[in-house]
Amino acid sequence: MTSLQRVFGKNVGYWLIAPAALWLGLFFLVPLLSLFTTSLSDPSGNPIAGYRFAGRFANYVDVIADYWPYFVRSLVYAGIATVLCLVLGYVLAYAIAFKAGRWKTVMLVLVIAPFFTSFLVRTLSWKLILADNGFVVESLQWLHVLGEDGRLLATPFAVIAGLTYNFLPFMILPLYASLEKIDPQLLEASQDLYASPWKGFWSVTWKLSIPGVVGGTLLTFIPASGDYINASLLGNPNTQMVGNKIQALFTTAGDYPHASALSVILMVLILVMVLVYVRRAGTEELL
Amino acid sequence: MHRAGNWIGKHLMITLGILVLIYMYIPNFVVALMSFNDSSGSRNLYQFQAFTWDNWLNPCEPNGMCESLRVSVEIALVATIVATILGTLASFALVRHRFEGRSTMNLLIFLPMATPEIVMGSSLLALFVAAGMGGSLGFVTILIAHILFCLSFVVVTVRTRLAGLDSNLEKAAMDLYANEWQTFWRITFPLVFPGILAAALLAFSLSFDDFIITNLNSGTTVTFPMFVWGSAQRGIPMQVNVIGTAMFLISLVIVAAGEIGARRRAKMLAQR
Repeated sequence: MTSLQRVFGKNVGYWLIAPAALWLGLFFLVPLLSLFTTSLSDPSGNPIAGYRFAGRFANYVDVIADYWPYFVRSLVYAGIATVLCLVLGYVLAYAIAFKAGRWKTVMLVLVIAPFFTSFLVRTLSWKLILADNGFVVESLQWLHVLGEDGRLLATPFAVIAGLTYNFLPFMILPLYASLEKIDPQLLEASQDLYASPWKGFWSVTWKLSIPGVVGGTLLTFIPASGDYINASLLGNPNTQMVGNKIQALFTTAGDYPHASALSVILMVLILVMVLVYVRRAGTEELL
Repeated sequence: MHRAGNWIGKHLMITLGILVLIYMYIPNFVVALMSFNDSSGSRNLYQFQAFTWDNWLNPCEPNGMCESLRVSVEIALVATIVATILGTLASFALVRHRFEGRSTMNLLIFLPMATPEIVMGSSLLALFVAAGMGGSLGFVTILIAHILFCLSFVVVTVRTRLAGLDSNLEKAAMDLYANEWQTFWRITFPLVFPGILAAALLAFSLSFDDFIITNLNSGTTVTFPMFVWGSAQRGIPMQVNVIGTAMFLISLVIVAAGEIGARRRAKMLAQR
């Protein structure tokens, strides 16, 4: 890298990274700080004039007292959706990595392709699939899984189903990446040593895919816990998640300090959970 | 028993895998189906009534939809170009250069991906309002936000490609008296290019599809996802399904063309 070094001196690396670092600093770190100061401001301001900083920690007390059920729902729905994604995603990622043969690339493209239809439009289509007089509900009623006037739309089930559907690709790709690296000979070796296929799976395949499992669950759980689209479109007022509240406080109520406090709590909750989880899984190097 | 296990291993997993894949496509089928729905004269917009070509023939009929589409494409194009350039430069720095603060930088690039969109969107809004821009939210603030969240994904994609590159090829070029510039443009860049292209495609689709962050920072500007959201309360116009299906088909064609191109190049190289 001699001529580049002649122009920029020894620190080519700095010059290359500077624009991205500046952008991330200015529009990611500084805003987080701004979010924090706003969360301690006097709620009696307005979005155009701005909010006066008041060191008002009471904002945090207010939102926890008023909105804690929203946090519980967010974490529970996102948790269930993540487990469902892991089961479904593992099956598909495993099939692509080990069983798809020459169809591997095609199947991988097919996993990503649904993304290209706007996700709002796809989520809205679940409204039609789960509708009260739709095929799914009527079949379940006929099977007596659902009661005569039982419904799916506007229930927690619909919200979790929507979350699972929306974030499944985020689970599949990291899982596939770590499954694909596994040498099939390791599995053969375990079978030569008389391990049952089931035992072979747990002691070889599953163990080696842990980095993908951790990466995939994070990529699913984090966005799912902040999501409000599925709860808005497929749920009812009693299935709202913390994202719904934050967005409503910002856009309709114009109460930025309380909305910011909610946002800060969500961010801290997730950071703590991620750190504990990654520690316990022994995959710190992912960070 | 052993043979049964083998059979299960061979066919059950691929069958289950294909079932999961079908599940992932149910909404796309529904969207494609509804793009042919004749919704006139019906109040229930979430049910198929009658077949028609009208929606495909007059895609821009709903008020404001195609304008919002244009806004989304413009934002996505600019955001993609800026994020791809900044992200590619950063990837080169991270893979090819040692400098102090490298691990901090890696963390800074990882963090936005580990932040829920609602937090990122609201913190940007808090900043814009604190900076006195609360009244002038719009195209520029959306663009700033989109470049931000695309950037990390570009770096991750390009970095992986760059790290997997065999540096012996560059050394060989230098041994053959190519200068550094020639080596970069004739060896390094063409080898990294598929990664850059993939990153750009990813950035475009992320930007085009974003709703949560955009909704907080858009002011009165309406992007396509915001148009869909706004009309969802009344029931979306069927043309929205046309756009969704068309986007899906166009991107499949682009991906297929890229794949065929890559295969042909590989074949040509092999024949040489």
